[in-house]
Amino acid sequence: MTDLQVATAGNTASSRRKLDSVVVRFAGDSGDGIQVTGGQFTLATALAGNDLATFPDYPAEIRAPVGTTFGVSAFQIHFGDRSVKTAGDAPDTLIAFNPAALKVNLPRLPKGGLLIVDEGSFNERNFKKAEITANPLEDGSLDDYNLIRIDITKRTLEAVKPYGLSQKEGVRCKNFWALGLVYWLYDRDPAPTEEWLKAKFRNNPKIAEANIAAMHAGHAYGETMELDGFGAYTVPPAPIAPGQYRTVTGAEAMAWGLVVAAGLADKEMMFASYPITPASVILHHLARLSDYRVTTFQAEDEIAAVCAAIGASYAGSIGVTSSSGPGIALKGEALGLAVAVELPLVVVNSQRAGPSTGMPTKTEQADLFQAVFGRNGDAPMAVLAVRSPGDAFDVAVEATRIALTYMTPVMILTDGYINNAAEPWKIPDVRNMVAIDAPYHTQAEGFHPFARDPETLARPWAIPGTPGLAHRIGGIERDALTGNISYDPANHQKMTDLRAAKIRGIANSYGPLEMAAGKPGAALTVVGWGSTYGAVNEAVQDLIGEGADIAHVHLRHIWPLHPDLGDVLRRAGRVVVPEMNNGQLLTLLRSEYLIDARPLDQVTGQPFRIGNLKAAFRRHLEA
Amino acid sequence: MNIATPVMKRTIKDFTSDQEVRWCPGCGDYAILKAVQKTLVDIDADPDRTVFVSGIGCAARFPYYVSTYGFHTIHGRAPAFATGIKLSNPELDVWLITGDGDALSIGGNHLVHVLRRNVDMQILLFNNEIYGLTKGQYSPTTQKGTRTPSSPQGSVDAPLSATLLALGAGARFVARGIDRLQKDLPGILARAHAHKGASFVEIYQNCIIYNDGVFEGLTEKGIGEDHRILLEHGKPMIFGRNRDKGLVLNHDRLALEVVDLGEGADTGRLLVHDETNKTMASMLAAMEGPDMPVALGVLYCNPDASYEQEVTARENHDRVDADRLNAMLRQGRCWTVGEDGTGSGG
Ligand SMILES: Cc1ncc(C[n+]2csc(CCOP(=O)(O)OP(=O)(O)O)c2C)c(N)n1
Ligand code: SF4
Ligand SMILES: [Mg+2]
Repeated sequence: MTDLQVATAGNTASSRRKLDSVVVRFAGDSGDGIQVTGGQFTLATALAGNDLATFPDYPAEIRAPVGTTFGVSAFQIHFGDRSVKTAGDAPDTLIAFNPAALKVNLPRLPKGGLLIVDEGSFNERNFKKAEITANPLEDGSLDDYNLIRIDITKRTLEAVKPYGLSQKEGVRCKNFWALGLVYWLYDRDPAPTEEWLKAKFRNNPKIAEANIAAMHAGHAYGETMELDGFGAYTVPPAPIAPGQYRTVTGAEAMAWGLVVAAGLADKEMMFASYPITPASVILHHLARLSDYRVTTFQAEDEIAAVCAAIGASYAGSIGVTSSSGPGIALKGEALGLAVAVELPLVVVNSQRAGPSTGMPTKTEQADLFQAVFGRNGDAPMAVLAVRSPGDAFDVAVEATRIALTYMTPVMILTDGYINNAAEPWKIPDVRNMVAIDAPYHTQAEGFHPFARDPETLARPWAIPGTPGLAHRIGGIERDALTGNISYDPANHQKMTDLRAAKIRGIANSYGPLEMAAGKPGAALTVVGWGSTYGAVNEAVQDLIGEGADIAHVHLRHIWPLHPDLGDVLRRAGRVVVPEMNNGQLLTLLRSEYLIDARPLDQVTGQPFRIGNLKAAFRRHLEA
Repeated sequence: MNIATPVMKRTIKDFTSDQEVRWCPGCGDYAILKAVQKTLVDIDADPDRTVFVSGIGCAARFPYYVSTYGFHTIHGRAPAFATGIKLSNPELDVWLITGDGDALSIGGNHLVHVLRRNVDMQILLFNNEIYGLTKGQYSPTTQKGTRTPSSPQGSVDAPLSATLLALGAGARFVARGIDRLQKDLPGILARAHAHKGASFVEIYQNCIIYNDGVFEGLTEKGIGEDHRILLEHGKPMIFGRNRDKGLVLNHDRLALEVVDLGEGADTGRLLVHDETNKTMASMLAAMEGPDMPVALGVLYCNPDASYEQEVTARENHDRVDADRLNAMLRQGRCWTVGEDGTGSGG
């Protein structure tokens, strides 16, 4: 936090201290409405003109016992007057709604950080549930922090008294009391939240009014109380490119990207999925979009989901299936069929920590091998990776474009962090987007199901119902032209070569390879992919600011790799590959380019910290 | 007024592909292929709108031999592919060809769900009570004690009933036929086709190589008639070489019984087939030899709205242009950042 004393025209008489960026973390019981609070704070912050990034940290248990450490839910937001790409290494301010939330989250708060606790929940019962022996508010363990104790529970109940709620209903308003206080603290406008509450509780205006009253009370508490060490702050707007904006989560952006791509191709979309964390949110978003030529199908399992999607593609829709690593494993055989029969298909893998069930709510990037190699036989597939919530939109469009242009399955790698994290997003104008050209073949004369477009090597999309084109396809190796079953040795060689060449050729459709930071030929070139983008980029930008000779390339195209990547890597002094797995992209780059790339792995289920990355990059720069 | 217009009826040849049929000589699949092709002629199917979907197995090679659209997919999963096809284009006429291993072992899950969802298609299960393609291992319908390469001392697993499973899964059309009873099969298949929703037809099929003769007792001339009953809606349940046996309900045991229809027999007690009665269908499906005849024909037919109809009714399939997509992306709270970098809510 940079302390700059400036007077602002804020709503308090006192001056507000100006900060260039802040990280706030809300933590409480999963029943405390932490994610809702975070979502509202995100919107208010976006409207205040800051750039921002968020990280919702859900508990693994759905309904963990109230007050326990494993029921703690948290939401972190990083916002500033400059480009913000991560939710921040560590919070400046922590709001803890109960002892368990304090216990779990305090280790993240640096000494001297602002700590707001709901004193009203610090009682013996909650200590016991959180397995705390002494009251942390009294035993001196919080002496190193800027501790603000407020009986939020009591004050909330007072604020909502006129609305005649039950005790339980009243206590549930306390997140909005706290939100009101934090709005005051950081000079955010509560009006959009008021609107939101009114809309949300349309059928229960009493609850809406009570929550609004609680929020105002929290805000007023900040305004009127002269608290030691508790000033008001302001974070000026960030320089943001002109345009129309909204906040999006990665799941929303993915869903919209798929719908827009289908619109650009003028085709129906059939999205088939089986629920699994953290992929289900995409299904939920699309299930609400049935007005836009989208059919969602909740299949009986992941195998049925991918098969139904392939069936839909066969019949002329854009088949899409979505899952997480364990479900993608189940889809493997059917993906091989899609490769063999050469039908368009988009597969979304929201990766999570593995192996097996692993840690469903925690993020990892360990399915790269599965995506690129994870099928029997030589079954090449295009693989794209999403770097941030908004990027999911662009990747969804590109994946669909590739699937339709090349008549091939395409795998998108995203993850739980991206699906649930939000960022401000410049809304594209669909009128300016390039249409996706994916005509059905209708010409009966000279039709062969496996005749190829000489440029893309794509076969024709001849859908059932087209007069005169009746033909049979299947998983058995087929003649390179007629598609009839063929066990001919030379034909299998030819088909295997064609399938590989077609996928390799997809690289011709890529735009230029962009450096995310720095220039080709730097002493240290950092190659990242996926959701590590924000942390890696901020770390590299910081080091460039310090004068280091370092560059960052962030790969969207995992397979086939970008045609210019080899050149960039060979010109680099040293290549280091940070990733949240045991070295998967690293192995791919080493085998493709025969370069001595170095690993920088982390598999803790937590995002990279910028500080740790910088330290590691410095070591490589000095080596 | 009746104007006779000459109809150019298609022939079996019009539904025969140029691919050489590769089943073993004498395999029951040939007879079923013929029956299906005859049915396609009878129902005046449009080859351009007809799709045969199959899994893996000897039976599943079927689509290659019919000159309609065809998709030979992967083992057990054909119901899921077929569901995707129907959701994408409900106008297509989908036939699903599967075997006892394909449908009841690896694909048991999908079969259950396509039936309970009632997706409009004809599901033909070629039951030869064996894994043919993989050279004769026992299947989920193989009789207990059968010696096969993977059960040299006789199989231990109890077999399951495909028709009872289908009824349990909520199928709204359940029928049974036999490859050798060529006379009856096209009629049953035409009924299956006429039924809107998932139509399940179990067809007993002789695998001459690995399980020859398992259905002989039902088909052999002069004997088979005593061991099978062809059900007809609204008709009394009479069977036998001399039409001298009937089915009655024993109320005390709540069970079906065979009665002799000798002279002076009380035919008033005979059960009359009501294909909309699921309880009766279940009892009929469960009948097996040697004491009871095996039920053939349409055991159950009780139509309901089909899945793809209900799903598509909830959707809007109008073209989505850029303006509508732009509006979609702008639902909820948006704000505009001006040239000077200042924001304004909207
Ligand atoms: C995933 C997978 N597992 C196993 C097989 C091998 N396999 C092919 S067909 C078959 C059994 C087929 O039996 P059934 O469905 O009864 O068909 P039939 O050959 O008797 O007509 C098996 C086990 C396969 N093709 N794919
Ligand atoms: S193995 Fe049996 S089922 Fe398969 S083709 Fe030969 S006879 Fe028919
Ligand atoms: Mg079989």
